[in-house]
Amino acid sequence: MYAQMVKSTGKGLVAREDMSPEDCAFQDRIDAGEKIEPRDYMPDGYRRNLIRQIGQHAHSEIVGQLPEGNWITRAPTLERKANLLAKVQDEAGHGLYLYCAAETLGVSRDEMTEMLLDGRMKYSSIFNYPTLTWADMGAVGWLVDGAAIMNQVPLQRTSYGPYARAMVRICKEESFHQRQGFHIMMAMVNGTADQKRMAQDALNRFWYPALMMFGPSDKDSVHSAQSMAWRIKVNTNDELRQKFVDETVPQAEYLGLTIPDAHLHWNDETEHYDFTEPDWDEFFDVISGNGPCNVDRLNARKTAWDDGAWVREAMMAHAEKKAARKQAAE
Amino acid sequence: MSVKEWPLWEVFIRGQHGMSHRHVGSLHAVDAKHAIKNARDVYTRRNEGVSIWVVEAAHIAASSPSEKGPMYDPARDKVYRHPTFYDIPDDVGKM
Repeated sequence: MYAQMVKSTGKGLVAREDMSPEDCAFQDRIDAGEKIEPRDYMPDGYRRNLIRQIGQHAHSEIVGQLPEGNWITRAPTLERKANLLAKVQDEAGHGLYLYCAAETLGVSRDEMTEMLLDGRMKYSSIFNYPTLTWADMGAVGWLVDGAAIMNQVPLQRTSYGPYARAMVRICKEESFHQRQGFHIMMAMVNGTADQKRMAQDALNRFWYPALMMFGPSDKDSVHSAQSMAWRIKVNTNDELRQKFVDETVPQAEYLGLTIPDAHLHWNDETEHYDFTEPDWDEFFDVISGNGPCNVDRLNARKTAWDDGAWVREAMMAHAEKKAARKQAAE
Repeated sequence: MSVKEWPLWEVFIRGQHGMSHRHVGSLHAVDAKHAIKNARDVYTRRNEGVSIWVVEAAHIAASSPSEKGPMYDPARDKVYRHPTFYDIPDDVGKM
């Protein structure tokens, strides 16, 4: 989800008879549920795919601060402001946990940042939608963080040790994000008619983008099979999307809000909700750079990176000078 | 980018309950003081610790995964190092 379109460089699932003895032994370890650690043997494809996936996940956390940061100064109460500030600070932390997990694979954080800025790496499509009203802070926490949790909980069992451990920390913290979002929605739907209308409008705008967070349908996900064999993906996109719909519909009912899907209904046979798929053309368009906020988001990241360059440089120079002075005195 | 990347530091935190310091992750910082400051923001936002250790990642020496066999296998057949190896009659009481 935060890594919804990880294009691997491989050609799909490699059969055992085509594997080298090292790769076979590696697959045995994964099948036995062992964790792979940074200095262990791993196939190049595994390393490359993980760098892309964790990098995309990390960038999503960092870019994900922007749509919410937008509302910190305009939060309706001091308490809401403190809540939102804490949540956005958490997103920064989550980005950092993930960058450091990716760095154990031999890529540096600065390299990853540059790959984001020049378009070689992506972030989740969801953050290319604007947050127009305060109710969007509710919808984002409830739906976007809700979808994120759905994706991240199984990743705590992913095969790569540092990634799994980062996921454990993140999941522990993420639950507050979803609850604070739902709390905002509860306040809105119990407020004035206008506030309730704003809550419905936020749900209308974020519902399908939230469904897109799980990535394209399984039948269109060419790299899923290999990623699942390596356990860097645990559930299929469609499984997680279904789970999200099944859990979210009753929550919307509790709020007295309507999911913007005329075809949504409970299916007694499958014991799941039937629902309308999001518009996948829109998804591919947004992920390839044409969403409503893609340019703004990347510009904000680029400005932060460029404007901060002198600070990074000056701090390093100062530390080196101090160290040299200390050495000279010894 | 021409700017030199800040070095990587590994972070160890001691929780509240008399435990030893435990590795929690890594971060970038220009020196030790800066690393501790960053570790406080990144790894202790919810009272996770009362003490922080940082060490530059480049200064850590580690055993190699390929030495796993010779390093750890010899301990495997020394079951007599565990208390359950010694049968003590129940009559003796708790021991």
